Amino acid sequence: MSNILAIAQKELKSYFVSPIAYALLAIYALISGWFSLIAIANFIEMSMQGQGPADLNGYVIAPIVSNAAVLSLFLIPMITMRLFAEEKRTGTIELLLTSPVTDMEIILGKWLAAMGMYGAIMGIKLLCLSFVFMFGNPDWRPLATAYLGMFLQGGALLSIGMFISNTTKNQIVAGATTFGMCLLFWTFDWATTFKADGWAKVLAYLSLTAHFSSFTRGVIDTKDAIYFISVIVLGIFLTARSLESLRWRA
Amino acid sequence: MIKVEGVTKRYARFTAVDNVSFEVGKGQIVGFLGPNGAGKTTTMRILTCFLPPSEGKASVAGFDVLEQPMEVKRRIGYLPETPPLYPDMEVGEYLDFVGKLKGLRGNDLAKRISETSDKVNIGDVRNKLIAKLSKGYRQRVGIAQALLHNPDVLILDEPTSGLDPKQILETRDLIKGLAGDHTIILSTHILPEVESTCERVVIISKGKLVATDTVDNLTNRMRGSENVGVEVESVEGTLDTKAVQRRLEQVSGVSKVVLREEKNNRANFEVESLQGRSIRADLARAVVEGGFALTELKAAGMSLEDVFLQLTSADQPESDKSEKGESA
Ligand SMILES: Nc1ncnc2c1ncn2[C@@H]1O[C@H](COP(=O)(O)OP(=O)(O)O)[C@@H](O)[C@H]1O
Ligand SMILES: [Mg+2]
Repeated sequence: MSNILAIAQKELKSYFVSPIAYALLAIYALISGWFSLIAIANFIEMSMQGQGPADLNGYVIAPIVSNAAVLSLFLIPMITMRLFAEEKRTGTIELLLTSPVTDMEIILGKWLAAMGMYGAIMGIKLLCLSFVFMFGNPDWRPLATAYLGMFLQGGALLSIGMFISNTTKNQIVAGATTFGMCLLFWTFDWATTFKADGWAKVLAYLSLTAHFSSFTRGVIDTKDAIYFISVIVLGIFLTARSLESLRWRA
Repeated sequence: MIKVEGVTKRYARFTAVDNVSFEVGKGQIVGFLGPNGAGKTTTMRILTCFLPPSEGKASVAGFDVLEQPMEVKRRIGYLPETPPLYPDMEVGEYLDFVGKLKGLRGNDLAKRISETSDKVNIGDVRNKLIAKLSKGYRQRVGIAQALLHNPDVLILDEPTSGLDPKQILETRDLIKGLAGDHTIILSTHILPEVESTCERVVIISKGKLVATDTVDNLTNRMRGSENVGVEVESVEGTLDTKAVQRRLEQVSGVSKVVLREEKNNRANFEVESLQGRSIRADLARAVVEGGFALTELKAAGMSLEDVFLQLTSADQPESDKSEKGESA
């Protein structure tokens, strides 16, 4: 366990010494501030048209949260692209793989660090949302489940992104591929617009949107949680296999 | 301490290391010598559990690299060909991380970091960013990284490559100072490095083991017959080179005398002995007793370079060999 933490700590630090972390945080704060502003403006207009204040949860929190999910498609590749690709390019992977730590400790350490970075960014979102609580008294439960959903979804994509980063020495290639993957996972359920059964259903099941939406409605659906956890485990398993095959082929 | 038995490593169909066996005893410092592409790095990666062998067995301190990699890794310090450094870390921060990877914690870790920093002389750059270090310092941080957990075995892959002459000497001294406490394998394609640093040498070429012996034995074995350069001057008047040559040829054990140069009553001969005969003392006496002045007498023994060329060119075309013979 302490090996995992040592690796996670080193990885997290490396985010914050590079300009990447700050650029990500700044851009994210800007965009999500903008989205929040739109949502709040929209809410105010709705309230003025109708009788009394509109539904805060429906008009403000839900759009902010689903925007956050879309934004994370762009964040994930930036967080995961260097995880292994950079170690392979500079040769530091040799240090990790010849030290008395297991492959799984290395992988979990890196994944935890990625989760930490992702969490930090999501924290900014929470800051924007706290304004809503200052102005009104919305139901906090859908927000809590939405956050849980975002973490699960983020964990799943980070774990796939980590695997992709382990398949190349080039972090730009890793980032671009991961972005493509995220987009695909996000849009699989579009298949159902022109076909409602067979493979379209399978694709729809794989889609992130389908599994994420229940969380934004304040519901924790075990089926959806299991889906995300399976993807996390799959990504970690694939990373472990590819680290092993790096040894055999290298 | 280190045992390699019939190790073969294939990349796809290409065989990088072919049935190599050797042993290294405790506290020895061994040079792993071979031209580029010989398979040195590959062999070292097998010993450090970075790559598994395709065939054969390798063990460190009695632990097999495939069966008990954790035990092996705990006992090995490894400096890869390019030091595994994180440019955006400070030196102290880096050593702290490596120490944790090696299983050190708390006071132990702090103590080892300061001891190691002193040993390799990097105390003055502890708060510097690794990206800002000179090549020589980076190499030293790399060595510190390998030494940090005080491993029984040190595996150093071309530890002096890319350094300037002064840094090379410093690094060699540092490595020599580590022998005894640690068993060391260092790879190099530079011959003088082995002669000046190592007790034993393992030579490989194109993935195959060519020779393994002590540095002294190897040069002796290759030498076989002795070559001696003799410079003679006349005591007065002109030098009768023919007479000198005759005297030298009469010394017992001499097989051949060649006049190399003759100038201003001074002559240079190259004398070759019969197999296994030592002739230097007799040559000196013969010259002096003949009434000539002996101005120089030197053994033209083979350098490791010659040994190496001879060993590795054994399967090369004839023309190639004679070329090397001349330069020897
Ligand atoms: N990952 C790899 N895939 C294929 N061939 C490799 C790989 N690594 C090394 N080789 C080949 O194996 C041979 C030995 O390489 P190496 O062990 O690095 O030699 P050295 O360290 O003595 O220069 C070289 O011909 C090299 O091209
Ligand atoms: Mg090499």
